[in-house]
Amino acid sequence: MDFELDDDLKNIDQEARRLAANFDDEYWRDHDSRHEFPWDYYNRFAENGWIGVLIPTHYGGAGLGVQAAGVLLRAVASSGGAMNAASALHLSIFGMGPVIHHGSEEMKEKYLPPTATGELHVSFGVTEDDAGTDTSGIRTSARRNGDDWIITGKKIWNTKAQQAQKILLLVRTTPKEECRRPLDGMSLFLADLDRDYCEIREIPKLGRNAVNSNEVFINDLPVSGSDLVGEVGRGFYQLLDGLNPERIVLAAEAVGIGRRAIECATAYAGKREVFGRPIGKNQAIAHPLADSHSELEAADLLWQKAAWEYDRGGKNIGGLANMAKIRAAEAGFRACDRAMQVFGGFGYATEYNIERYWREARLMRIAPVSQEMALNYVAEHVLGLPKSY
Amino acid sequence: MKILVAVKRVPDPNATIKVRPDGTGIVTDNLKYVVNPFCEIAIEEALRIKENHGGAEVVLVSVGEQVCQEQLRTGLAMGADRAILVLQDGDVEPVIVARALAKLVEQEQPDIVMLGKQAIDDDSNVVGQMLAEMLGWGQGTFASEVKLSEDKSSAVVTREVDGGLEDVEMPLPAIITADLRLNEPRYASLPGIMKARKKELKEIPLGDLGIDQSVQVKVHKLSPPPERQAGKKVETVQELVDLLHTEAKVI
Repeated sequence: MDFELDDDLKNIDQEARRLAANFDDEYWRDHDSRHEFPWDYYNRFAENGWIGVLIPTHYGGAGLGVQAAGVLLRAVASSGGAMNAASALHLSIFGMGPVIHHGSEEMKEKYLPPTATGELHVSFGVTEDDAGTDTSGIRTSARRNGDDWIITGKKIWNTKAQQAQKILLLVRTTPKEECRRPLDGMSLFLADLDRDYCEIREIPKLGRNAVNSNEVFINDLPVSGSDLVGEVGRGFYQLLDGLNPERIVLAAEAVGIGRRAIECATAYAGKREVFGRPIGKNQAIAHPLADSHSELEAADLLWQKAAWEYDRGGKNIGGLANMAKIRAAEAGFRACDRAMQVFGGFGYATEYNIERYWREARLMRIAPVSQEMALNYVAEHVLGLPKSY
Repeated sequence: MKILVAVKRVPDPNATIKVRPDGTGIVTDNLKYVVNPFCEIAIEEALRIKENHGGAEVVLVSVGEQVCQEQLRTGLAMGADRAILVLQDGDVEPVIVARALAKLVEQEQPDIVMLGKQAIDDDSNVVGQMLAEMLGWGQGTFASEVKLSEDKSSAVVTREVDGGLEDVEMPLPAIITADLRLNEPRYASLPGIMKARKKELKEIPLGDLGIDQSVQVKVHKLSPPPERQAGKKVETVQELVDLLHTEAKVI
């Protein structure tokens, strides 16, 4: 067993950090407070080919695995850009997973190259108000119109929908009652996010405000038959090639944010003097930082194991992806919370950035799936306990 | 056209450097290493010459330990064509680096040797100059601009000197050392990183070059700079002026 990153991954980590270092805390604080998409940052990463990390070389990407994507996203998250930096890129990285694995050749030729260069922005359209994690309960549906389809419904929490030209939509094509299993009968479309048929409303929220989250109201959106991803009725199962990588790379990002917070808090604890000595000399300050550091190390290994399993085509991916997400979200948020405690009042002040990391790390315990639903998955599918809901 | 670029592995300029208690060197545990920033500028200039003058082969050379291949890979990821690592354990003093480069110049026959004006670790600022002397070539050091003649037989190098700029012209082959304002180096792209792993990186033990390796300079002791004293806050301008007069004795 070798825990050392190989040379390619080391280079990816180093070069992504170097590029991200051009965008400092002030940049992110500013974009976050003005709710402004970080275009300069996005374009620099796009120009340098980073968005195509998972896209096969044949379609203009680097053809690397989820571990490489995780290393990249951990690097940008730990730069001080936190979730804003990671989310600006990651939709185009894991979001196209189902297209890479299940799309038609024509679809891949058409959409993967512009995704790799960063020109094409894709939003993810799965969650609905009334369905949430109970994905089988989605109401957005598609009906046939000759060779094409017409979609009606409503999606929520669509990241970057304001910028996106395309949306990967999960819709019902067969009513749940008529399906053998509740998760059958759904289909996946890489639909045009046509503003004539879709209304997009930004949701005001606690953090990660440089990257918008939205509600999308879809009214009789015409979708070409060629925009169907894979097979009719297999949408949910195909979507797993986006959902599992999503959990894994978000775990990597949570580790990145947590590390950043601990780094800042450690530097602060070493120089902030109270009662004539640095506060880092106090174990009440030092132990939580050391504890968080070790939690982040553990979470860092777990997401990499999940990525390794995914990249080698292993079978235990769901369990590992959920476990990595659970551990990293806890470790990342706790690290930010403890960093805030170390900074005291200054941790609450915007100027010191800790409150921004804290707001963004909090999201990881809810998204892309709540800790509780991830635990349910582990209880049922890893431990073999009866389903609780 | 062929351009040889010297690349040195140095500690990250943003890292905090600690001197070992016995003064024999610096603490290298957990220290991050990068391409010397001036060498990076030299690589960038070589790549620009290649791109703007109808192609050239850009060959990187580093002298040092096996780990220096990390920095060579970074240069290859930026776009250099191949690399040579002259292997030698421990510190290699500048004159030996210059001799090793002179030997490689004999083998490679480049038209230009590009170097950083100095390395940010030991600040010696001598390898380029010594190499020019050993080869009997012209040298344009501290370059802030490089212009090649149409037929690529000569170069005009703008040098940053005290109080202004100086243009010097020299026939090629020549030695050019890069100053800070010569260019802004590009970042390695992800496709660049992926291509770099397939590029040739040849290793040659220093001993195989058959050069004089006698050591001429021995470092006796390193010591950290004195710690900065805490400043003092004053209430009024009058108080400041008084202190400058009575305590600092500068006015």
